[in-house]
Formats: sequence, C-alpha cells, structure tokens
Amino acid sequence: MKYMLLMMGAKTDFDAYAQWPKQDLQANIAFMRAFSKDLKDAGVFVATEGLAFPAQARMVRAGKDGEPITDGVFPESKEFLAGYWIVEVESPEEAYKIAARVSAAPGSGGVRGSMPIEVRQVLGGAEEPRR
Amino acid sequence: MIGQPFEEHAQNGARREALPNPLGGARRTLCALDPPIETLLRELTPRVLGAVVRRFGDFAAAEDAVQESLLAAAIEWPREGLPDNPRAWLTHVASRRMLDQIRSESARRRRENQTALEAAQTSQSQPAEMREDDTLVLLFMCCHPALTLSSAIALTLRAVGGLTTAEIAHAFLVPEATMAQRISRAKQNIKNSGIPFQFPTPRERTQRLQAVLHVLYLIFNEGYTTSTGPNLLRNDLSHEAMRLARIVHKLQPDDTEVAGLLALMLLTDARRLARTGAGGELIPLARQNRALWDREQIAEGVALLSATLPKGSVGPYQLQAAIAAVHDEAAQAEATDWPQILALYDLLRRMSGNPMVGLNHAVASAMVHGPTRGLELLDVLQADARLADHHRLDAVRAHLLEIGGDPKEAARYYRAAAGKTASLPERDYLLAQAARLSGELQPTNDKE
Repeated sequence: MKYMLLMMGAKTDFDAYAQWPKQDLQANIAFMRAFSKDLKDAGVFVATEGLAFPAQARMVRAGKDGEPITDGVFPESKEFLAGYWIVEVESPEEAYKIAARVSAAPGSGGVRGSMPIEVRQVLGGAEEPRR
Repeated sequence: MIGQPFEEHAQNGARREALPNPLGGARRTLCALDPPIETLLRELTPRVLGAVVRRFGDFAAAEDAVQESLLAAAIEWPREGLPDNPRAWLTHVASRRMLDQIRSESARRRRENQTALEAAQTSQSQPAEMREDDTLVLLFMCCHPALTLSSAIALTLRAVGGLTTAEIAHAFLVPEATMAQRISRAKQNIKNSGIPFQFPTPRERTQRLQAVLHVLYLIFNEGYTTSTGPNLLRNDLSHEAMRLARIVHKLQPDDTEVAGLLALMLLTDARRLARTGAGGELIPLARQNRALWDREQIAEGVALLSATLPKGSVGPYQLQAAIAAVHDEAAQAEATDWPQILALYDLLRRMSGNPMVGLNHAVASAMVHGPTRGLELLDVLQADARLADHHRLDAVRAHLLEIGGDPKEAARYYRAAAGKTASLPERDYLLAQAARLSGELQPTNDKE
C-alpha cells in the first residue's frame, strides 16, 4: 500500500524557515537528504518532490469564459504544501513511523522538531488485504 | 517549521523515473523479445539458477550472474539464433560471471589464498547438474517466512520467474532503484538468516509450502485486482503467478492445496474480461456478461478441482476454488447455487481466521435465508476490530440493505464505504451505487 506524507505549513512557518541561521539550515537539509536516502535503501521509496516557497503561489479558478482567474491573496491561517514523499509499505503503522521520523527533523537552534505530517493513502486498484 | 525535504537533484523535477539500468540497458525487459525466446528464458531461469547456486554456493551472487546471462541471451539469441543447448549456454555464461567475480574479489583482497577460485574452477569442469526440483527449492528460499511479503514477492518474480528488476518495478509502479533495493535486501536477509539451498525438512514442509502458495496468491491478486487500468503489465502478474503455480503443481502433483490454488486462479481469472466495463469500471459478479467468461479455462479449473477434492485433505484454496466453480457454472446469476456456496463458506470459516471469509459467509447466508439473517451476521462481525473500520463491511451492509428494501440506508452505507476504500475503481463503483439509489429515491432530482 502506498502512502503520501505531506509536509504542510502556514506562511509564517516558511518565513521563519527562511530566517534560520546557516548551520540550522544545513542540519535540516542534511537530515532531509539522509531521510530520502534511508527510504531508498529500505526499498520503500516511490517519489518525492519539494515545492517552491508559497510567495509565488496562486489560486486559479476558471472564469465564465473558461479563462483563468488567479488570486494570490491568502488568509494568514492557510496551510501550504511544502513537499511530499510517497512510500510503499505493508501497513499504515509503518507509514506513521516514517512520518514520525521526518516530523522530528532538526528545527531552529538544532532542536528536534515535531512538525505535523499529514499521512494519506494513495488510491490504487482493488487491493486485497495481505494477511 | 518547514524544511525542504528532498535530495540533491531537487531542481531536476520528476524523480519517479527509474534509474538507468546498471547492466547498460541494452535490453531492459525480456518482454520485447520473441515470445518463444522469452518463454524459454523464463522456463530455464530457475533451473539454471539452481545449478549455479549448487556449484558456487553463493545465492545472492549466483542470482545476479543468472540475470546477466539472461540479458546476454536476450541480446545474442535473436541475432545469432538459438544455441544448441540453451540451458548449458546460460549456465556457462552465468558460471563465467561468477568466476570473473571471484577472481576480481581475490585480486582485490590481494590474497595468496586461491582456494575459492580453485574450487570453483574444479567444479566448473564437472558437468552442470540440473535437477527438476530446483525450482521448488528456489521457491522455498524466496518465499521464506523470514522475508517480508513484498521482498518475497519481488525476489520470487526475479529469481524464479526470470523477470528483470525493471519489469517488476513497472508492474508494482515503483522506481526501479527501489525494487532493486528490495531485492538486494531480500538476498541479504537470506544470507544473514542462513537459509540453506535445500528442501525443507518433512516437518517444516507443509508450513513452508503454504508460504510459497501465499506469495503466488498475492502475485496473482496484485495482477487481477488492479487490472482495470490501461496497464497490461499488471495483468501479466496474474499470468506469471499462474505459470508458477502450474510449475509447482507439476512438481507436487499430489499436493491438494497446490492444485486448489491453481484451480482457484484459473476459475477466477476466467472472469477477467467481464469484470470491468469499457471505461475500466468494476462490474459485480451478478451483472457480468457471462458470455465473456473463458469457458476453456473454467473447464480446466473444474476438471482439476474434481480430480483433487476426492483425494481428501481439503484446504482453504480448494474451498475457495470450489466456491468460484459454483459461480462459474451458473448460466445466469439467478441460477447460482447459493445453498452450496453457503455450505462451502461454512467449512471455510472454520478453517480460516480471515475476517473477509466471514463477510462473504454473511452474503451467502443472506442469499439463502434472506437479508435479515445476513445483517444479523454483520452485526456480529462489526465487533471484529480488523473489520470494524473496513470499507467492505459497509459495502456488504449497503448491498444487503438494498436487497432488503431500504434504499435510503443502503445509499448511506455505500457512501460510507466509498469514504473508506483505498481503491479508485471500487470508490467509483460504490459512489455510483449510492447515486443510483438516491436517484431512485428522488427521481426528479438529477443533480444527485
């Protein structure tokens, strides 16, 4: 079964991240790289993408003529996707464990974090339970 | 706190792409070959591997060497024609790779000790020993309970099925590098656990064979249940599982559960064309166009089962096959012999702890004794923690409520089931059921 692990944050979180001291950033980036490598070594990695900061994010809707209407003004509370991983594991519990690992990525001041990771199952075929 | 997740080539975009094939990629898949060559290579794979493992001892390295020999054959045979003795050709190429590897390793270690090389060279001068049952020994190894199911599946498809890593990765929709890693971990695991290349003891045999059948069943299922999309390769997984089950049956003709599994696969796969519509939507058994069922395959499955059941020692695969056969033999859904199916589920329920059996048993009870009886059984099943939050419990309840004449509640449970399923075709189906019932409730409201 495949799960998507979504890393979300408010705009203030992104702004704060951009202000981190260099060594904190480096520690965080090193952690994320090692994390992705671990997923690959474990044979559970399917995909990952990181997204650009939300400054350039636009909400697009079709107007009456079908042309795009864009809006880039978001409420302060809006959560943005920062990036995601897709993993293939044998149980939801295994996906939660992986999510908890990345949740604990080092934060500002090198302190172990606890950022929220949304875990969602990826739709597949009509799969039977394994055991 | 938002870190940037990702890895070194984060700016390069899509990383779903498989990594380049380390073997040079001259032939990434065997599927592109002439069918006869491909069939031959797949048939020979486990026997060649068995011979190489027995000669050199190192399963992991032998498996890599055999894969390389298959790729070499895939390049050379179409060009040069088939060798006189394809099996000897493959064994020779694989053995040469093994020797090369041992040589370069001993050179790297700069050791005086040439024992390994000498031993290997000595044994190479002996004729290759081929044993019919090597395939079975390999299956026991690849499906060992010490491996996770996903690694057992991957390793079985490669070492016994002769599929390339790229093909297996495509079939399971994961990057090739991930599948390669899974296979190499499985091999490492075999090495660490000291799983020997030999037949299990008679005492272990039943349990180990069960593990093999379970892996084959899962491979079949992966292909069958996900074959609604355009991805035909996943269909091929079912065929690969059937091919392997046939081999095991040939090697163990007296094992009734092996025959039962093969019969189950034949009888289930026979309905493949009818179980999805033109748009890939799921069509339930009761509404399938039975003219599309593969009669030949049904006949084969029924004959196999009829020859097996009288042998005694009836197990879960035989019972499931028997249930599939009863369905397959009904000319229309209305003609289904539900009392017989119910009796079979009664037996199966006593043998299997699988809660899905309980659900199917409730459906069969409803068909025989009416929906109220079925719904009562569902209330009992609700207490099972493994089922309580499962979409199929809601889906079955919806179905029985509909039969019982409560379309409003039925629609509610179809929607609840749709909210819980992780299968896209199934969600589409469940929502369509709910919409149909809601449409019947409010015929003027076509927004529903």
